Amino acid sequence: MDYISNTIDDQKEMLKVINIKDIKELFSCIPKELKPKSFNIPEGKSEFEVRKYLYELSGKNSTHLISFLGGGFYDHYIPVAVDAITGRSEFYTSYTPYQPEASQGVLRSIFEYQSAVCRLTEMDVSNSSLYDGGTALYEAAMMSTRITGRKKIIVDEGVNPIYRKMLRTYTSNLSLELVEIPALDGVVDRKKILSEINDSVSAVVLQNPNFFGGIDDYTDIFEQVHKFKGIGILSFYPLSLGILKTPGEMGADIAVAEGQSLGIPLSFGGPYLGVIATKLKYVREMPGRIVGSTVDNKGRRGYVLTLQTREQHIRRERATSNICSNETLCAIRALVYCTLIGKEGIKEAANLCLAKSEYTKNRLMQIKNLKIKFSTPTFNEFVIELPKDAADLISTLIEKGFAAGFPLGRYYKGMEKCLLVALTEKRTKEEIGCFAEALEASI
Amino acid sequence: MVPAELKYTKEHEWVKLEGNKATVGITDFAQDALGDITFIKLPNLGDSITQFQEVGCLESIKSVSNIYSPLSGKVSDINKTLESAPEKINKSAYSEGWIYKLQDIKQAEFDKLLSSKEYEEFLKTLG
Repeated sequence: MDYISNTIDDQKEMLKVINIKDIKELFSCIPKELKPKSFNIPEGKSEFEVRKYLYELSGKNSTHLISFLGGGFYDHYIPVAVDAITGRSEFYTSYTPYQPEASQGVLRSIFEYQSAVCRLTEMDVSNSSLYDGGTALYEAAMMSTRITGRKKIIVDEGVNPIYRKMLRTYTSNLSLELVEIPALDGVVDRKKILSEINDSVSAVVLQNPNFFGGIDDYTDIFEQVHKFKGIGILSFYPLSLGILKTPGEMGADIAVAEGQSLGIPLSFGGPYLGVIATKLKYVREMPGRIVGSTVDNKGRRGYVLTLQTREQHIRRERATSNICSNETLCAIRALVYCTLIGKEGIKEAANLCLAKSEYTKNRLMQIKNLKIKFSTPTFNEFVIELPKDAADLISTLIEKGFAAGFPLGRYYKGMEKCLLVALTEKRTKEEIGCFAEALEASI
Repeated sequence: MVPAELKYTKEHEWVKLEGNKATVGITDFAQDALGDITFIKLPNLGDSITQFQEVGCLESIKSVSNIYSPLSGKVSDINKTLESAPEKINKSAYSEGWIYKLQDIKQAEFDKLLSSKEYEEFLKTLG
């Protein structure tokens, strides 16, 4: 679109055409009491002033911290080529394909993203992405109610508490029954969860690694769910699939994730990437757009937005979701990341995360008065228990240049002294050493 | 092309009675209006249904329509072949394209449905 200036003369001319004197007359139909007294915005600033202001504002962020912070979002390395490729205007400025057949390039890139997700998860179909891991989890839960016609959803407490809160909020006015099963020593309470599964259960929602970093194999739980014709939902950590059992291998029916670990920067809360994949037989209940590959009347390969009849513009209130948009740019970042580092690269990155995490665990275990909270195997994140409040410790360590982790007391009662510490392939031996020393000095 | 021996609804379903079992499908008019049918969601075997309840849906390339049951009863058969070949409804709405069968139906409900003549008259009003 062109930049159209709007000078005083332009305004006068436009007002003359519609035959009014003052721009305020256009708003005369709004009752006086509903009009704002002022818009409370400052006078215009020059480009120079704006840049200076924003630069100062951004300086308030502690971007220099060495991060051990996880809890769903991780400081992974992003190859520079990801920025270079997704920064191309074809990707960066493209808008939603309203005339899909005319947007073959965008459709192809989305199709490739979907294919990458399917290979990573070993599931049959993926959509073009959703907003974030939390919305993906909510959509999966709703999918299960449509498939089974049941209203009861069992959620393990090891599922990200932010996602669980989103699920509660989204469904608070729906007649759903959410049952949360408390975790037991940092892992799912298997016995309890298996005993809760019956023919009134729509879905069981689990996470791997769980929020305490513990890794598990939920094959047995999903088998039990299937015995009662329910749906197994698994929230996974995409990069971990380089070495961990995939949702497909575990027998999950719907796999969801926050895709941030695949080449998306930590940007103070987003935009992030909601990954969702499912089995082919449930594709019609899947929300969001799906790009398919087909051939035209001359037999040439082409890409289309397919299964549109599930969506709002055709199905109205019966649509599979009220989300009819997606996060294409983030999805393309994930695709480019996966393509660049490849199958072996994902394995290598995951192995590095695991090795560094184990090294750090051993190093921290040497600190007096500090213990590793749970004995369960972990991927790249684990819980430490401190002799003091974890939230306090975090503030101390920020001053020393470390983002020490996620204080669990915020979401888990009784865990005020627990800190969730995450490692990525970026952390060096030296950084880990300094972190351990800073931690030791602060407790 | 409205078979005389069947009963009809204003939602364009047809019903064929055999003993106390009823076979249900959609009319030729309905399949023509929908266009190429690409998917059908069938009712579940054993479901107990009340008259005019929604029991499934039909998707064509550009639309989705609900299937309502003309009668109360219990689903005793479903036309599984439609799951892989929904186009049978387009090709043969009154025979191979049947959708499901109900047992334990109520004769009184059946009697009140439209006759072929009444349905034909109704179609005329749709222009």
